[in-house]
Amino acid sequence: MAELFLVEAVNDALHIELERDDTVMVIGEDVGRAGGVFRATAGLRERFGENRCVDMPLAEAGILGSAVGLCMAGWRPVCEMQYDAFSYPCLDQLITHVGRYRWRTGGQMEFPLVVRMPYGGGVRAPELHDDSPEAYYVHTPGVKVAIPSTAADAKGLLAAAIRDPDPVVVLEPKLIYRGEKQEVPEGEHVVPLGQARLAREGTDVTLVAYGAMVPVCEHAADELEGEASVEVLDLRSLRPLDEDALLASAAKTGRVVVVQEAPRTAGFGAEIAAILAEKAILDLHGPVIRVTGFDVPYPYWKIEDRYMPSVERVAAAARKLLNF
Amino acid sequence: MAKVAPEEHDLRRVLDEGREVEGLGADELLAIYRSLILLRTYDERSVVYHRQGRIGTYAIFWNHEAMQAGSVHALAAEDWIFPSYRESAIGLLRGIPASTVLHWWRGHPAGWWNPAQYRVASICVPIGTQVPHAAGLAWGEKLKGSSTVAIAYFGDGATSEGAFHEGANLAAVMQAPLILFCNNNQWAISTPLEAQTRAESLAAKAVGYGMPGVRVDGGDVLAVYEATREAVERARAGGGPTLIEAVTYRAAPHATADDPRAYIDLDRVEEEKRNECVGRYNAYLRRLGVLDDATAEEIKNEALETMRQGIAEAEAEPEPDPELVFDNAYVLPPPNLREGWDG
Repeated sequence: MAELFLVEAVNDALHIELERDDTVMVIGEDVGRAGGVFRATAGLRERFGENRCVDMPLAEAGILGSAVGLCMAGWRPVCEMQYDAFSYPCLDQLITHVGRYRWRTGGQMEFPLVVRMPYGGGVRAPELHDDSPEAYYVHTPGVKVAIPSTAADAKGLLAAAIRDPDPVVVLEPKLIYRGEKQEVPEGEHVVPLGQARLAREGTDVTLVAYGAMVPVCEHAADELEGEASVEVLDLRSLRPLDEDALLASAAKTGRVVVVQEAPRTAGFGAEIAAILAEKAILDLHGPVIRVTGFDVPYPYWKIEDRYMPSVERVAAAARKLLNF
Repeated sequence: MAKVAPEEHDLRRVLDEGREVEGLGADELLAIYRSLILLRTYDERSVVYHRQGRIGTYAIFWNHEAMQAGSVHALAAEDWIFPSYRESAIGLLRGIPASTVLHWWRGHPAGWWNPAQYRVASICVPIGTQVPHAAGLAWGEKLKGSSTVAIAYFGDGATSEGAFHEGANLAAVMQAPLILFCNNNQWAISTPLEAQTRAESLAAKAVGYGMPGVRVDGGDVLAVYEATREAVERARAGGGPTLIEAVTYRAAPHATADDPRAYIDLDRVEEEKRNECVGRYNAYLRRLGVLDDATAEEIKNEALETMRQGIAEAEAEPEPDPELVFDNAYVLPPPNLREGWDG
């Protein structure tokens, strides 16, 4: 086991996957000479050359569009979008082509590309460096979405995404890129997509989250210690979704709080609530409660803490449900 | 380096100048004619099939055949073609069955083909977004050390799209072996070229990307062939991309659902129809003594038979199984994909 920050685990995964498969290449803005603005791709250009870790012209749709063509030429491109909200231009290619091209060929070609990006708020950054765009991605058919919350999963899910034959978007929680060093398996490490992680076992209430909200839920569980036995379910991937784990936890505790930092309406929390309403209604002792961001542009950082789901808001939601 | 010399703004022509293209013998000239006739026949029959309710809405490419046939003949078999919907049948020149393309316009999943088999990418419906694909493929082939070249087709309207710019710029930066082929028919549905750009020409945009830009008469199949051949040779030799602007005039509606009488210059349309690309090449070949009535008749009948067979095969195809909606979107589908299918 190595002790790594989450972003170092990303870097570790990239080194291993580029070494393992010489068709894997990294493309993006500032990924080569600079090694990425968060250093996620540091060392790749030196190790694998300028053709395997490529500084691209500044054009997100062009990066993802060219990745489609690179797949057709036999490459497995890993595209870095520099920030969550900088990825929006690439949605054009993602929606019109990336999620459709295999389907369009009658299943006769594969597009094993990865889009990875730092996402989320709480980092005291300027506008459009703070978004949680997962709903846009997961709403796009043909595309898978993974979001790690630990360093080990950041490595393992990225490896799974790179090896997956379908396009995968990996959202990396930049708030905890360098939060604390965590144990990460050395060498090849793959965490299959579609397997949720029980971050904490409990019996009274389930907190469902992904990415940077998982540690918030764990702290909320600490806060509730003595009041209730809290389970924390880390979804890890939104598509494929581990419904079995979700339903099992709902059946066990009968109370579910879903936490997302993305805006509230039509966020992934609403999808979780809908699944529970359809399939777990008789297991539930009360409504599924969402703790989310709000339907406003992500605020300037002087007031962002009030926007982000906090330990207090999550704990309050759990208490409300426990007293329902 | 980028160079659009003033004389290059004059359209390159072969047919009207009575020139001969070096290296093209009678067989090649006739092969190009055969391709022209196949595309023309496909297009004219498709409009009829649409009126008969046998295919759906169809994007007409009448008088665009010279641009398509001329450029494809300048490619090698391993080179990749990235069509827009205006080039929907260009794969016929690579052996894609007519029935397959007809299926596509009939909304039948049998209209899917394997791009890798024919080196013809899927028909791109959104404007210009195939340009980065072609740039990526060409660059990716170059990285592998192969000599494969790619060509991306798009219209004049596409040059206003960000995707065109991003793809062209990337291709130039990477010196990707790409031909950017603009069929400038001067109309994007109802929007004329002067409402699309203030540039002196579309080829002039090449200067900004650091690549050569050339203009050809889009109704002159041999001028198109010659210009594309030069661009292909340059690309294959490591000289990077070229922007070809082939100039024509849209003499047919944008698609079967369009009535251009509301916006187009009808006198100009009539003039274009009199000077359409197949007739021009036919006359040229007859002047050279390469084409006679019997050969022309045979080639036309061959194309008509291809279409008769194509539509017969398309119509004989069983209705698709609705379960196909779940096929092919994923190699490894998520487990809940069919949620709600059975109520």
